[in-house]
Amino acid sequence: MNPVEVNEPEVNQNYDTLKSDAEEGGYRLNPDIGFVKNLVRGLLKNELRYGYRACPCRLASGKKDDDLDIICPCDYRDPDLDNFGTCYCALYVTEPVLSGQQKLTPIPERRPSRAERKNKKADQPAAARSALTTLPYPVWRCKVCGYLCARDQPPGICPVCKAKKDRFERFI
Amino acid sequence: MVIEHVNGKKTGTVMLYALSTCQWCAKTKDLLKELGIAFDYVYVDLVEGKEQDDMINAIERVNPKGSFPTLVINEKRCIVGFREQEIREAFGQ
Repeated sequence: MNPVEVNEPEVNQNYDTLKSDAEEGGYRLNPDIGFVKNLVRGLLKNELRYGYRACPCRLASGKKDDDLDIICPCDYRDPDLDNFGTCYCALYVTEPVLSGQQKLTPIPERRPSRAERKNKKADQPAAARSALTTLPYPVWRCKVCGYLCARDQPPGICPVCKAKKDRFERFI
Repeated sequence: MVIEHVNGKKTGTVMLYALSTCQWCAKTKDLLKELGIAFDYVYVDLVEGKEQDDMINAIERVNPKGSFPTLVINEKRCIVGFREQEIREAFGQ
């Protein structure tokens, strides 16, 4: 695969949007601007070559369905912020890391391995719907931030974290 | 050839599996350069098809998560992630 070039004004513009979106949703970006801009460059590169913003620190398969969990912000960001004060890439960090109270270190990979993901996918159709199917509306859950809503379809964009519709799962 | 070589002090085979977009991978590569040792590296995201599959399989044999960076020293020792201290110690620095 040939390297894809991303232009600098686009990186800066996307950095600004990412930062304001993060802060609006109660999240914080790593204060190392150079480091974050390199990650933004990676996200834009992935968008160009795969069609979606796959995590820059993980190998995307190029098949969107298999990579939904690692589209930034990934499904693992919030638990990693809770446990380690940073997401896997160190794009998002918590207040204690931002203020220097907690040291920023690389963290272990939370995403299941390729083999584990394959097994999980095979299990899914067998997952039983609960007895709550008599509710007037299905309940949808945003896999990125946990936002829940009861309506016929999930929203186009999560009102809390801006994740797209395809990041929602049927919860009840 | 997709595997790049960096010249330096010879300490056996040192292979860094990395991604071109990953900042922890970049830091690991910079650290190896700073340590002045000879090593090979490959950006697995820039490799395609069977060649990439073979590489992923090789990584998963030493690091079942298949995550990056994976540093393999002399085909037996494996350091996953930018573990600065561990990498320095592995090269006696």
